Amino acid sequence: MASSTQPARNGAPSVGDPSAGALLSAADVARMVDRMAHQLIERAAADAPDDDPTGLSGLVLVGIPTRGAPLARRLAARIEAFSGVAVDVGTVDITLYRDDLRRRGVRALEPTVLPDGGIDDRLVVLVDDVLYSGRSVRAALDALRDLGRPRAVQLAVLVDRGHRELPIRADLVGKNLPTARSQKVSVRLEEIDGVDEVLVTDGGVQ
Amino acid sequence: MKRHLLEAADLDRDDATLVLDTAAQIDQALAGREVKKLPTLRGRTVVNLFYEDSTRTRISFELAAKRLSADVINFSAKGSSVSKGESLKDTALTLEAMGADAVVVRHWASGAPHRLAHWVRGSVVNAGDGTHEHPTQALLDAYTIRQRLGRLEGVRVAVVGDVLHSRVARSNVGLLHTLGAEVTLVAPPTLLPVGVGSWPAEVSYDLDAVLPKVDVVMMLRVQAERMNASFFPSAREYSRRYGLDARRMGALHDDAIVMHPGPMNRGMEIAAEVADSARSTIVEQVANGVSTRMAVLYLLLGGSPQ
Amino acid sequence: MNAYLIKGARPLGGDPVDILLKDGRIAAIGDSLAATGAEVVEAAGLIALPGLVDLHTHLREPGREDAETVETGSRAAALGGFTAVHAMANTDPVADTAGVVEQVWRLGQEAGLVDVVPVGAVTVGLKGERLAELGAMADSAARVRVFSDDGHCVADPALMRRALEYVKAFDGVVAQHAEEPRLTVGAQMHEGDRSASLGLTGWPAAAEEAIIARDVLLAEHVGARLHVCHVSTAGSVEILRWAKSRGVQVTAEVTPHHLLLTDACAESYDPVFKVNPPLRTDADVEALRAGLADGTIDVVGTDHAPHAVEDKESEWAQARPGMLGLEQALSVVIETMVEPGRLDWAGVADRMSVRPAAIGRLADHGRPLAPGEPANLVLVDATARASVDPAALASRSRNSPYAGRELPGRVVATFLRGVPTVLDGKAQK
Repeated sequence: MASSTQPARNGAPSVGDPSAGALLSAADVARMVDRMAHQLIERAAADAPDDDPTGLSGLVLVGIPTRGAPLARRLAARIEAFSGVAVDVGTVDITLYRDDLRRRGVRALEPTVLPDGGIDDRLVVLVDDVLYSGRSVRAALDALRDLGRPRAVQLAVLVDRGHRELPIRADLVGKNLPTARSQKVSVRLEEIDGVDEVLVTDGGVQ
Repeated sequence: MKRHLLEAADLDRDDATLVLDTAAQIDQALAGREVKKLPTLRGRTVVNLFYEDSTRTRISFELAAKRLSADVINFSAKGSSVSKGESLKDTALTLEAMGADAVVVRHWASGAPHRLAHWVRGSVVNAGDGTHEHPTQALLDAYTIRQRLGRLEGVRVAVVGDVLHSRVARSNVGLLHTLGAEVTLVAPPTLLPVGVGSWPAEVSYDLDAVLPKVDVVMMLRVQAERMNASFFPSAREYSRRYGLDARRMGALHDDAIVMHPGPMNRGMEIAAEVADSARSTIVEQVANGVSTRMAVLYLLLGGSPQ
Repeated sequence: MNAYLIKGARPLGGDPVDILLKDGRIAAIGDSLAATGAEVVEAAGLIALPGLVDLHTHLREPGREDAETVETGSRAAALGGFTAVHAMANTDPVADTAGVVEQVWRLGQEAGLVDVVPVGAVTVGLKGERLAELGAMADSAARVRVFSDDGHCVADPALMRRALEYVKAFDGVVAQHAEEPRLTVGAQMHEGDRSASLGLTGWPAAAEEAIIARDVLLAEHVGARLHVCHVSTAGSVEILRWAKSRGVQVTAEVTPHHLLLTDACAESYDPVFKVNPPLRTDADVEALRAGLADGTIDVVGTDHAPHAVEDKESEWAQARPGMLGLEQALSVVIETMVEPGRLDWAGVADRMSVRPAAIGRLADHGRPLAPGEPANLVLVDATARASVDPAALASRSRNSPYAGRELPGRVVATFLRGVPTVLDGKAQK
């Protein structure tokens, strides 16, 4: 991966005190999304091939359902607002690639939709709401492998709460939220939950 | 979802809808892909236990299981010494010992999958039992109807032919009713079971009267040997009264579709020009069979619900 | 000294009395009897009935001793309160000669638990083609009076007519398995709503009723005795009622399972519920109970049909039809007829002892509980209730349709000619 390989550990907006279990507000979320959009534009430009000076035509934002999907669409909308270039968006359902079926049981499938051009030889940025164990991302990488052969794959998440179980890290993070394993992090988005906010609650069994 | 899929009645409306939605998502996920394989059931074993020849059903289940990365064992008991009496139980115990996670069973005896379900810990999927049921056929039919017509609620379906001996008819009547469609059975009275009045379906002996009123015509295979048991006088008379030919197809409204579970007797219950027409969904049904069965295997084997 | 003093039993449910059995006969009945040397059987609260008689038992010997033998079946019968059972002819070899019926009869004598009365086949090999040597069987040591191809219908009307006529010579009776074979090809269960949805080939009621209608007309025409086995439909009861009103010499039997169970049992596809004729509908059950209550149906016959495990633990269509009945027959009659008030104890004695003995022409069975009569009787605790455990049955087979079902009535003691075959609910040999 070219460009900045350092996750935005210290670059997130400073908002409130997450360890108190408090929330990020709708305004916080909007700021985080804007910031990530800018960073994506920078990354794409830094890595742009000759025939695509902004690098944005080669970019595909692929959301991981449920909340990664609207997040990817928002990022695309903000990128277009900032750069004037419409970027491709898709979703990839990872349910059939999960490794915890026996433990967690079946769940309803979500759509997998790729842009007409597919993902071959493009820069795919996986988008999810929370990065936790990394298992969802691994499943998404497996799914992408069956869907095509991207030039590169990067990962953007709104919240990184730590406690990785796999050697996976995000290229772009909206906000690092140090949490205890016993805590529950909930990202709620307007499109699905009717409100934008991030909650950290204690004692919930994940 | 229940642990087994033995008959249409095992699916309530939510379960049935979940199967159809899952099949649609799988179709979408696999559309246009080079690698039509998912890792979902890696390490699971699916046994196809067939006591009756049915290459198309076996292949459909086999492909479904393989596309979900399950290990598949085909066990054909047809014609071997394994086709009598308590051997079903012995076979069940053998499969149990092999650690089968699912047994897909086709059997000439009605109720055999129900018996099997008593003896194995894995899930049992009925792939057609005697003259009883064939629930995955009904699911793929419902999926096909929904795909073509965009809905199932209120859809009017005529099921035409040998209802008496048809497991496809029994499963379709049950499942389509569950999903809100309205079924009319059309057959000569000899090919309707005594007791059909208790089914959630209308009954008619007159195909011409029914055709203009339906959205779907589902033709059932009629075996010529029924003629010898006096269910009807001759193949010609049957075809004249209950066969779907081009003239009859003209009585259908513009959007109506024609279905057949296969294998077809062209010229008997369905004319070639009907089977090959744009209304015909026969090829789609085959393709939809694979995704529907993938959905069933996934939902039964994926693990117990959260 | 062979004497038993039964204290405080209630004959046919009447007032408690003492009953003294001596030398194979009832020596005395009265209050506060005393007898030195007699073994006392405390029977306070128990119902005393004449020993039960079954017109319809499959003992499977010779041929399928893995499913039942004369001895194991006799023990099951004694535990069910029976003192005589008619052993059906569909053995291997078929009981269609004097030699086979005498063998069965002798095995019964040796077992010594009930009187085993062989039934002779009507036709050679049960094939329905030509008459077996009915007279030879009647004249044999087995003294056969009941003839039946049970399991198969004597479908040929001319052959049936000849059989009915021929057995008049020795006061015999033909017990017909009423099933029109062409209407029941491949039949698996009662034809109706449930067979339609279960996809099991239907056994139409009309296939039974058509044969009964034909046979009562034939019996009337030739002036012969006809017995109809295991009547199972409301229509059959109607035809029998009509025939009896015309004076036809017809008697009929109902099984315990047809009094209790319906075709709903088939929904499990468990072949323990597969039987021929099949379990019918609620309406049929009601008509059978009414027919038994008003006497249109004369007797309860068990159609006790033991089957080896491999003949039942299979697909429904593959399984053999039939279910156990001897050990639960009385309990089912108490449940379906006595407790609802449709039959009193005298009625039970009539339908399960007096009439079947009369049909089979058994002189020593089905007699009144009175001094001087043969001491064949059973003591029943009608209030006991217990869940049926197939593993605890005396039959060699386990195909009881009542497994896990709680039923009333417990046979405490059975006496055959004054000798207890069952005491304290346990077989004595």
